[in-house]
Amino acid sequence: MKVKKDIYGGKIGMWLFLYTEIMLFGGLFVLYAAYLSKYAQDFISGGKELSLPFGLVNTLILLTSSFLVAAALTSIQRKTTRTTTVFLLGAISLGVVFLINKYIEWGHKIEIGIYPNAPDLANGPPGRNIFFSLYYVVTGLHGLHIIIGLVLLSVSLVYIVRGKITYENYGLLENAGLYWHLVDLIWIFVFPLFYLII
Amino acid sequence: MNMAQEKVHKTLSYRFLLIVLAALFFLTALTVGASTVNLGTLNVWVALLIAAAKASLVLLFFMHLKYEDMVLKISFLATIGFLAIIIGFIFLDIAFR
Repeated sequence: MKVKKDIYGGKIGMWLFLYTEIMLFGGLFVLYAAYLSKYAQDFISGGKELSLPFGLVNTLILLTSSFLVAAALTSIQRKTTRTTTVFLLGAISLGVVFLINKYIEWGHKIEIGIYPNAPDLANGPPGRNIFFSLYYVVTGLHGLHIIIGLVLLSVSLVYIVRGKITYENYGLLENAGLYWHLVDLIWIFVFPLFYLII
Repeated sequence: MNMAQEKVHKTLSYRFLLIVLAALFFLTALTVGASTVNLGTLNVWVALLIAAAKASLVLLFFMHLKYEDMVLKISFLATIGFLAIIIGFIFLDIAFR
């Protein structure tokens, strides 16, 4: 007997969860805005120390990856499951590249003495300390979401290969995709606020 | 089950999704370009405006919010509304401290 699944209910549940995520990151952006108004100069000089090429490339990577996940949904609706696996593999690979870039970027920052509670930051101007603390908290929490998103996309991929996600039962893929798009959404705000501030 | 799915699912063409991606790339270039022009405090507002436009594209088309029913649309807008209230009141506090 086939179990009937409430795909629509699952989707509402996923969106409700995404709303809490919006509030979580929204809170951090409020913190950013409040301190920006107090320490504008430190934030501007802090932003100049971040690598624009890394930020820009990672932005393009996430946007493309989001596109691939949206395309994966289209392909499974069109019953071309093989194409779905290709799109998903592409999206997952780009997510991994994003993390590698982040690793290189963080590694370089830590090397030059910019990391949470570093003596250089702790004894410097408070605005600069706060800017980089927020940078690590926001990009760190975002990176954690990338890892969770990658797990969800990978599970979806395995389920598609095993025939558990099909063109008439793709709720899991859709919800994993929604999560991935949210991660992209957050980065859309992180990029200009941290890397492009002047 | 197929009937129910057809009601809540719309299939977007690859071509259309690619156009959305191109628009997102264009807006990314625009926000980088805008950050090279010194507009004072206006810079952050321009950056937020462009980011909001990009977020709208992702929400409406990649996340299919445009094709969802009122339950999702209204609950999403309510979330953004509450976020705006939180931000608004915090800034009332900061501005008049």
